[in-house]
Amino acid sequence: MTQTPKISLKNVCKSFGSKHVLNGLSLDVMPGESLVVIGGSGTGKSVMLKCILGLITPESGEIFIDGQQVLGLPPSEREKSLRKTGMLFQYAALFDSLPVWENVSFGLMQAHGMGRKEARQKAIEKLALVGLGPEMAMKSPADLSMGMQKRVGLARAIATNPDIIFFDEPTTGLDPIMGDVIDTLIRDCTQQLGATTLTISHDMESAQRIADRIALIYKGQVVWIGPANEIETCGNPYVEQFVNGAFEGPIELDILKP
Amino acid sequence: MEWNFLAAIGRVALRFMAAVGHLSLFTLQTVRHIFLPPFYMRIFLRQLMSIGYYSLPVVGMTALFTGMVLALQIYVGSSRFNAESAVATIVVIGLTRELAPVLSGLMIAGRVGAAIAAEIGTMRVTEQIDALVTLSTNPFKYLVAPRVLAGVITLPILVLIADIIGVSGGYLVATESLNFNASSYIKNTFDFLEARDVISGLIKSSVFGFIVTLMGCYHGFNSTGGAQGVGRATTNAVVSSFILILISDYFLTVLLLD
Repeated sequence: MTQTPKISLKNVCKSFGSKHVLNGLSLDVMPGESLVVIGGSGTGKSVMLKCILGLITPESGEIFIDGQQVLGLPPSEREKSLRKTGMLFQYAALFDSLPVWENVSFGLMQAHGMGRKEARQKAIEKLALVGLGPEMAMKSPADLSMGMQKRVGLARAIATNPDIIFFDEPTTGLDPIMGDVIDTLIRDCTQQLGATTLTISHDMESAQRIADRIALIYKGQVVWIGPANEIETCGNPYVEQFVNGAFEGPIELDILKP
Repeated sequence: MEWNFLAAIGRVALRFMAAVGHLSLFTLQTVRHIFLPPFYMRIFLRQLMSIGYYSLPVVGMTALFTGMVLALQIYVGSSRFNAESAVATIVVIGLTRELAPVLSGLMIAGRVGAAIAAEIGTMRVTEQIDALVTLSTNPFKYLVAPRVLAGVITLPILVLIADIIGVSGGYLVATESLNFNASSYIKNTFDFLEARDVISGLIKSSVFGFIVTLMGCYHGFNSTGGAQGVGRATTNAVVSSFILILISDYFLTVLLLD
């Protein structure tokens, strides 16, 4: 008997004006798997993530979470379905009007109805998981470095012990050491939770550190998907060009050649 | 040539109709979420403080000097046909029915409408609104409904205070520099003042509070394009509030005249 994918996209299409960003994209993420989607800028990675989260509505196609079609769900059902997900945004997207601990426990208080005292305790526990002390709890997000903001964002993403966690460019804007720290935290936290993760990135080192499987998107379609350890040897011309950062190859760039 | 001209008019008309439709849907959503649970009491109270309490100095100063100027100007006009005794009555009716609600509305549009648009606009471009959605929180309920409700409730209270301060300003000028008798000025103020003068001003101010906060939320919510977009949203929020306040003031005056 085949296992039901945790997340499944079937022939998803999305355009902005005349620009077709997703062209019948299909992708399955299996339970407990860490899938990293790589691809150049403007290839539709972020749009795909936003479609899954319901932030953008695709023109056609189907999106399933735990076998349930999520497109066209009424808002209350959609909110319920989002309760089992967590998301780390590219620039953390912390609420700057709230202190760090309220950011971390926001989902617990708003969606799960937890009291403020208990939520604060939970936030301090989650901050400890990402290597931040309790003294950070009362700070404002604006007082934190980007690396710290990402760690707070990660603590917020895992605070509700979600089944599925999405990561949008988790190492963008970080130095290599902090990038490694974030990748290790992502790996450790998601393994502890047993969560399924879908990450989008164009950082190959980061992708290889956190992925079980890697998918390459080009022009809104998956052009290669396979185990992370096969990416260097798969022989796919798109993957080879992307991994080597070569100018020549099947991937057309939106820049004039020198 | 003629065809191009007609096409241009058509495009403008279509864009205008689309904007009207978009704003109408936004307004309906807002009103719906004001009445439907969950209610974010903490945020609502914070908005009451921000819109009401912190606007007191601006509204108070505006009312004080408007009352003082009004007394002087009406004295100049009324003394031309020996009707100086009408100064107190005209000051109080002018303030309660017209000047206090309109000027307070305009001042709040500048102070609060701009701040709301900038805050929500920044949240939009830094993905904080998307983060709210992923945390199973409806942004209309969390961001828009508490602000609009606070605006509708707070502005009449501010206007009531502005009425008192404005009339006091008129009294000060009349008794200190125009040599009016203090007790007869007070008597004239209250003898001809009717409850409906005050109530019509309060109804107007409630509508202005709705307009200012709605415009701030609407333009902030739909801002795009980074810092420049937030700046544009802030300007549009203030300008559209000013125009809508002045237009609705005429229709409300006609409606509340009898």
